[in-house]
Amino acid sequence: MSDHLVRSPLPGVFYRRPAPDDPPFVKEGDAVSSDQTIGLVEVMKQFAEVKAGADGILTTFAVEDHDVLGAGDTVATIDAG
Amino acid sequence: MQKLLVANRGEIAVRILRAARELGVRTVAVCSEADVDALHVSMADESVVIGPAAAGRSYLDEDAVVGAARDSGADAVHPGYGFLSERASFAQKVGDAGLTFVGPSPEAIRMMGDKVLARETAARAGVPTVPGSDGPVTEVDRAVEVAEDIGGYPIAIKAAGGGGGRGIKVVHSADELREALPRVQGEAQSAFGNPEVYLERFVRGARHIEVQVFGDGDHFVHLGERECSLQRRRQKVVEEAGAPGFPEETRSRMTGSAVALAAEVGYHGAGTVEYLYDPDRNEFYFIEMNTRIQVEHPATELVTQRDLVREQLTVAAGDPLSFGQDDVVSHGHAIEFRLNAENPDLNFLPSPGPLTRLQLPSGPFVRVDSGCVQGGEVPPFYDSLVAKVIVWGNTRETALARARRALGEVEIEGIATTAPFLRRLVEHPGFVAGEYHTTSLEDWMADRDGHPLLGSSS
Repeated sequence: MSDHLVRSPLPGVFYRRPAPDDPPFVKEGDAVSSDQTIGLVEVMKQFAEVKAGADGILTTFAVEDHDVLGAGDTVATIDAG
Repeated sequence: MQKLLVANRGEIAVRILRAARELGVRTVAVCSEADVDALHVSMADESVVIGPAAAGRSYLDEDAVVGAARDSGADAVHPGYGFLSERASFAQKVGDAGLTFVGPSPEAIRMMGDKVLARETAARAGVPTVPGSDGPVTEVDRAVEVAEDIGGYPIAIKAAGGGGGRGIKVVHSADELREALPRVQGEAQSAFGNPEVYLERFVRGARHIEVQVFGDGDHFVHLGERECSLQRRRQKVVEEAGAPGFPEETRSRMTGSAVALAAEVGYHGAGTVEYLYDPDRNEFYFIEMNTRIQVEHPATELVTQRDLVREQLTVAAGDPLSFGQDDVVSHGHAIEFRLNAENPDLNFLPSPGPLTRLQLPSGPFVRVDSGCVQGGEVPPFYDSLVAKVIVWGNTRETALARARRALGEVEIEGIATTAPFLRRLVEHPGFVAGEYHTTSLEDWMADRDGHPLLGSSS
């Protein structure tokens, strides 16, 4: 098995949901595909999607909803099998 | 008013702190954990950290801000623009805590914040609104009748559930309308879960012109208009006071209607009435009223020589307006440029980071409003505004020459900014001629006319 680390493309605030009242994009333990959006990073009022980047099982998020991220920080770990 | 809490950050917080200091009012800044070293914090008499970096947990936290005001012994709160400035619930909480909200009543904020209510109020005050179907249209034959009644084509078919530019189809003939209506209804159903559509006159080459108003509950005045058509993705880039080539008779009708609207709602404080102007028909229509001070207020201050933020504070403290309509005289021309931490060569990608070098313009008739300092940081959490550069000239031509000179003095290192883009913009023939409308900037950026605004060389 190999772990894929999803990194944030930009510094900013991380969101796990498309909108405050919506369900999260994915939950820990869900299967994800490479081009799937797993969260958003807000930088200066612009939103960038964070893609999984690998097919597999998203095992853990390294950050909580609304946490602050630096560019390149790890967002989540995907077990790419 | 003895002690004012400024519920904002960046250049507008600094602007408000300066006005308070000139009035001898003590000041309290609020900041997030990311802003403890920011300029507005060091300028205030005291400061309160109200939460973590994310705005939702600090500057947008109504209870944290009201709590900071109460704990620090402030007797008034100025919301600035953005953040909590147009939340009726916040104005209400400030009032309920026994403090003065620097702005209109929660009722006025609520009324103008509701699209339908605002439009109805405007119509009641005799302010023109965009001719349209006044409600949903379902039958094709009825739609064609409405289109004729409101002055013919082009007509916009708008989804009631849409907004922000989504769910709009423009048609140019009755045949096109007959063909498009059922299709747009179907699309509206699937996109917004609501098949209702209405019709509105579509204005080609529309300009965005707004009027600065002020009220003290009894007296209502305007301070002229601002041209705000130069926009990128609906964000204003440059504003001018006054609007270039705007007919005097139209200006008089527009400013008069803005004052009528302020009077209709018994307005208290600074406000802006935004209009869509149709240059072909020489007609204007109400868009919305903003119930706060605006980013571009300095352009108006330079031509009218009135301190709008000081006036907000004195009016909020219970004084009558310090001037009447006859005292407002506009001199010359002012232009404001928004210098943002964005990379114009990477599709305006946000560019937060350290300001290793920050040299902003100065000299004759140049005003710079900024919340940044050299050695400081532009954090990634808030808007990208680094500085507003506002120039004045006794003619528009003089102001343009001054703008070229001032923008040439900008030197910023550590982050990318829009300075190279603004330098090219002041040379663009369309801008120099003052002939532009709300889609001009994006047309110019597409470089269809041989005057590139973008590119790696600057």
